[in-house]
Amino acid sequence: MNAHSMTTFGWLVKREYWEARRGFLWAPFWAAAAIIIITILGIVAGEVMKARMGMEHIYMGGVSLSQMLNQASSDDISQFVKGLDATMLLFGSIAAVVLSFVIFFYLLGALYDDRRDRSILFWKSLPLSDTGTVLSKVFAAIVLAPLIAVGIVLAGYLATQVIVSLWLLAHGVNPLRFVWGHIEPFSVWLHLLAMVPVDAVWALPSVGWLLLWSAAVRSKPFLWAIIVPIVAGVLNIWVGLLGLPHIGQDFYWGQVAGRLLLSIVPGSWINLDGASHAIHFGEFSRISYAAMAQQFATPQMWIGAAVGIALIAAAIWFRRWRDEA
Amino acid sequence: MSATSHAAAEHAESEMGAPGATVIHAAGLSKRYGKTVALDNTRFDVHAGRIVGLIGPNGAGKTTALKAILGLTDFEGELSVLGLDPRKERPALMQQVCFIADVATLPRWITVSQAVDFVAGIHPRFDRGKCGRFLKRTKLQPNQRVREMSKGMIVQLHLAIVMAIDARLLVLDEPTLGLDILYRKQFYQSLLEDYFDENKTILVTTHQVEEIEHILTDLMFIRDGKIVLDTPMDALGERFAEVLVNADRTEAARALHPLDERQVFGKSIFLFDGVAPAQLAQLGEVRRPSVADLFVATMKGTYA
Repeated sequence: MNAHSMTTFGWLVKREYWEARRGFLWAPFWAAAAIIIITILGIVAGEVMKARMGMEHIYMGGVSLSQMLNQASSDDISQFVKGLDATMLLFGSIAAVVLSFVIFFYLLGALYDDRRDRSILFWKSLPLSDTGTVLSKVFAAIVLAPLIAVGIVLAGYLATQVIVSLWLLAHGVNPLRFVWGHIEPFSVWLHLLAMVPVDAVWALPSVGWLLLWSAAVRSKPFLWAIIVPIVAGVLNIWVGLLGLPHIGQDFYWGQVAGRLLLSIVPGSWINLDGASHAIHFGEFSRISYAAMAQQFATPQMWIGAAVGIALIAAAIWFRRWRDEA
Repeated sequence: MSATSHAAAEHAESEMGAPGATVIHAAGLSKRYGKTVALDNTRFDVHAGRIVGLIGPNGAGKTTALKAILGLTDFEGELSVLGLDPRKERPALMQQVCFIADVATLPRWITVSQAVDFVAGIHPRFDRGKCGRFLKRTKLQPNQRVREMSKGMIVQLHLAIVMAIDARLLVLDEPTLGLDILYRKQFYQSLLEDYFDENKTILVTTHQVEEIEHILTDLMFIRDGKIVLDTPMDALGERFAEVLVNADRTEAARALHPLDERQVFGKSIFLFDGVAPAQLAQLGEVRRPSVADLFVATMKGTYA
C-alpha cells in the first residue's frame, strides 16, 4: 500500500463514520448517559428522602455515611474498589450489548443500502477499488466502532466518578481516598481496550457472513443471513433423524451457526465453562491478558478467521460484479 | 492500486491526450442477460473532443453499453476505454472517467461539505476551488444534507463535483430525467460553458432528444443491442433530408425508398437517407430532419 491508497482508505473509513455516526457514536453515548442519569436520579432520590426524614446525614446501619467511610478499614476500601471495578464493567457490558446490535445491522446494510437507493452509482463513479471499499467497512465494524465504544466507557466511568465525588464531598468525605486514589478500575478499562483486537479477529466469520448477504442479495439481507443457517440446522437435524451422517448438534449451533451470526458480540469468545482451562479470570471482573493471548492459540480463532476472510473476499467479488440490471 | 495500473493510466493519458484520438473502441461487444440479448456483437468508436448522443428506445442496450464502458458489468468482445480494459483496470480508469448515472443518486445522508471533502480527499484530479465556485452559484449550503434537497438541487451538487474533476470522458445516463425545464437548461448550459473543451469527451443518453440536439457533435442510435446509426451531426444534414411533398408527387417520392412517411395537414412528409438533394428538391420543400423525427423513423416497429 502506498501513501495515496492509505489516504484513500482513511477517507473511506471517515465516510463510514459519517454515515453510521448515529450507531457508532450516539448509541453507546446514550447508553452511557442512561447509566449516568440513573446514578443522578438515585443520588437525588436519596437526598430527597434524607431531607424528608429531617436527617442531617445519610445513615447506613445506624452510622452516618461520612463516619462510616472515614473510618473504613483497608478491607472495606478494597470492597469499595471492587464496586468501582463493577461500575466500569457495567459501562463496558452495556456498551458491548449496544455495539453488538449496532454492528450487526451496520454490516447487513453496509453493501446493501446504497444498492437499494442507487447511490452505489455515485461511489462507483469515483476511483475507488471495491476491495478498499469493503475493507473500510470491515475496519469500521471491528476497529473503529469498538474503539469509540471503549472511549465512551471511559468517559462514562469518569463522569459517574465526578458525580459521586461531588456527592461524597457534600457529605464531608474525601473523594480522593475512595474514588480517585485507585488505579484498579483503569486497569479494568485497559483490559477492555486489550480485548478489542481479540474481539476483532474472533468476529471475522460474522463480519464476512453479514457482508456477503449485504453484497449479494437483491432484497432482505437480514432474512437471508438468519434463515440460511437456521434452515441448514433444521435439515441437519432431519438428516440426523434419518440416521444418516450429519454434523453434531452442539458443534453445528455452537461452532457454525453461532459463529456466523453471533461472533460480533464483544467477548463472545470467552469460555465460561469451568471445565475449560483456556480462560483465566485474573481478578474480579477482568480477563487476564494471558487468556487473551491464549485465545490466539486456539484453532477456533484461526479457522473462524480463515472462513471470515474467505466470506469477505466473496463479498468483495459481489460488490465488484453484482449487476443491478 | 498496483504499480502496473498506474503505469497503464499514465500510458493511456499520453496516448489519448490529443484531440480526435480514440477514447472508446468497441468491437464485437456482446452481453446477454439470460435469454435477453442486451448488446449484440456491436462496434463503435468515440473520439476525443466530441459530444456523442447515444439514443435508443427502452431496452435497446444503452445502459448496458454504458455499464460495460464504466466497468460495471462483464461482457464479451473487445472494449477499450482510454486504452484501458474497464473490467480489469477499473480504479485506474475511473481517475479519468466520470459519470452521472441516473438522477439523484447521491447518498441521502451526505452533506454538501462532506461530499466535497470526500471527493477532494480521494480524487487526484479534483479541483476544490473550482467546485466551490460552481457551488457559489447555487443556493446549496455547506451543512445541507442531500435528503433535504430537491431533485434539481441534488443534480446541481453532483454536477458541481463532476465538473471540478478533470476527467477525459464524462458519461451521462439520463442525467436530467424528472427535472423541470429550468434545471435541464442550466445543466447542459453549464456543461458547455464551464466544462467541455477539445480534450474532453461527453457520452450522453437521454430520452429528451430535442434538448440536447443542438449540443451534440455526434449521434448514435442503438436498437436491439446494435448501433444502427453512427454519424457526426454535420453530416446528418447531408445524409438525411425531410421533404414536404404535395399530394400529386407522393408516388414519385415513394419510388425513392423513403425511410418514413407521415401525414401533416393533408401533406406528406417523407424522410430520405442518402438521396441526392437535387432529386429531392423536385419533390417539394426540403429541410433538415430533427433528431426526434429521425429517431422515430429509425425505431419504427420497435415496440410492435
